[in-house]
Amino acid sequence: MFNYLVRRLLTNIPVLLGISFITFTLVTFAPGDAISLMLGSETVNAANVERLRLELGLDKPWYVQYANYMKGLFQGDLGTSITSQQPVAKQIFERFPNTLVLTLSAMLVALLIAIPAGILSAARRNRPEDYGAMFFSMLGVAMPNFWLGLILILFFGLELRWLPIRGMGSLDEGFWDVISHLILPAFTLGTALAAILTRLTRNAMLDVLAEDYVRTAKAKGLKERIVLYKHALRNAIIPVLTTAGLQFGGLLGGAVIIETIFSWPGLGLLSINAIRQRDLPMIQGSVLVFALCFMLVTLLVDVLYSAIDPRIRYG
Amino acid sequence: MANNRALRKFGRNPLAVLGTVLIAVLVLAALFAPWVAPHDPLTMDLLNPYLSPGSPGFLFGTDNFGRDILSRLIYGSRISLLIGIVVVSIASFLGTILGMVAGYFGGVVDDIIMRLVEIFYAFPFLILAIAVIALFGPSIFNLMWVLGLVSWPLYARVIRAQVLSLRETDYVEAARAAGMGSWRIMFKHILPNSLTPIIVMATFGIPEAILASAALGFLGLGVQPPTPEWGVMISEGKDFIRRAPYLITWPGIAIMIVVLSFNFVGDGLRDALDPKQSDR
Repeated sequence: MFNYLVRRLLTNIPVLLGISFITFTLVTFAPGDAISLMLGSETVNAANVERLRLELGLDKPWYVQYANYMKGLFQGDLGTSITSQQPVAKQIFERFPNTLVLTLSAMLVALLIAIPAGILSAARRNRPEDYGAMFFSMLGVAMPNFWLGLILILFFGLELRWLPIRGMGSLDEGFWDVISHLILPAFTLGTALAAILTRLTRNAMLDVLAEDYVRTAKAKGLKERIVLYKHALRNAIIPVLTTAGLQFGGLLGGAVIIETIFSWPGLGLLSINAIRQRDLPMIQGSVLVFALCFMLVTLLVDVLYSAIDPRIRYG
Repeated sequence: MANNRALRKFGRNPLAVLGTVLIAVLVLAALFAPWVAPHDPLTMDLLNPYLSPGSPGFLFGTDNFGRDILSRLIYGSRISLLIGIVVVSIASFLGTILGMVAGYFGGVVDDIIMRLVEIFYAFPFLILAIAVIALFGPSIFNLMWVLGLVSWPLYARVIRAQVLSLRETDYVEAARAAGMGSWRIMFKHILPNSLTPIIVMATFGIPEAILASAALGFLGLGVQPPTPEWGVMISEGKDFIRRAPYLITWPGIAIMIVVLSFNFVGDGLRDALDPKQSDR
């Protein structure tokens, strides 16, 4: 196990370097007018452009810039935001927990929908329940999440006025304030994943239900519920949880859009605003953090998976 | 023989047939948009904004500028299909070549390409696309190459695995013994036998690209208004969501139908072409 862990960590080093290099190039090799775009409303004159070039260190050769960039990274320095003049890292880590709350809630929503629906679908194969679940699963994958978000806002926010549609609640206002602000965005973000996982749970359950030990359990006269939940689900759930973990990156990407729609004060909203304001260091920093976070989760899933199933380690 | 069997199997799948028909209708609508669309998609009629669906001459209603929504949807299908096809072409071309080279030559080349794949995999797809487009400026051209460039690794990974298993087969061995060059072996013997997964992945890739481009259009980072792209239409309609909810309903449904159709066809193709798939 230890060897596997070390090997797995080592293979991530080139990936880490690659990620940092790509985020680095985002700024360095950005098209020439990026700087004047960044100045935006500020007067774009040669002096201002030159000042910003020097500020960003763009006058030095790219490998020197990369070395400086990496040096900064190891010290937790992601540069200074152009618009707020504050350290990028500080702003990112203020916002990051909010994104984590949103994505983890979406993951929870997805699992809470997908696992029961998938089990039901498999247990009632080729019956109305199965067709119904598969129909919604197909729909969930095909639906643009930003569209679903708007429809939910219209329905539950503006027409019925049941739920708030903007921002994040605060614990000072009570627990319900937090939850009520979370419901719509988490559901919107989790729907597509729920759809994918429902189908996966169903197929995994069908595979397991065909196994001999399940037939034995049924033959022994055990109740269907016990066979389903105790014997079958335990084995079927491993690929489902793995996929859920690996889809975390998709949730992070989706969070950018969902946070924009619901004005959720997370990393996604931060980066979209940075993009609108052409705040290059902020764009660079948030992309890097998104990628690092995704990489860590993938690593974690792999390691957990290999801890559960020893066969993986020697794959 | 095998193709006939696959075709029959595809034809027996009702959803796959439905998807094919819908895609055919869509392609025809896109090709003949100027003749099919009742109005010009860009002409504004400020005297007739927010006509509700079903108004005479405006089946799906008009938007805040009095533009005919149905016509905009029809013209929008051109853009979505174009984006889907171009993105998948770029991604499958790059992915196939790199995957084939990695699998066939192995060694250092393989290592480099696969590390590259891992690096691209480490970025949430949409975030990398958003960042790059933000720098190069939003346009349909940038949208297409960026989405193509970030989605090749999937193809590379699958093709590489395919090549690894084909590389040791007798007929490739025979071709090598006969003195055939590596590139010729790759293109004449290995590529034709790897086409099935490429076709299936491409079919699923088109709706994915359409969804991504709609999302980027919605964020203002893709196709720009007043071009009637579906994501842009939703973005424009969201400000009038209470007054005229159909402004966002129709384009959303259009996206869903297209994505569903391609997914149905993809499922059908996979089941029909891949003998290992069990019937479910």
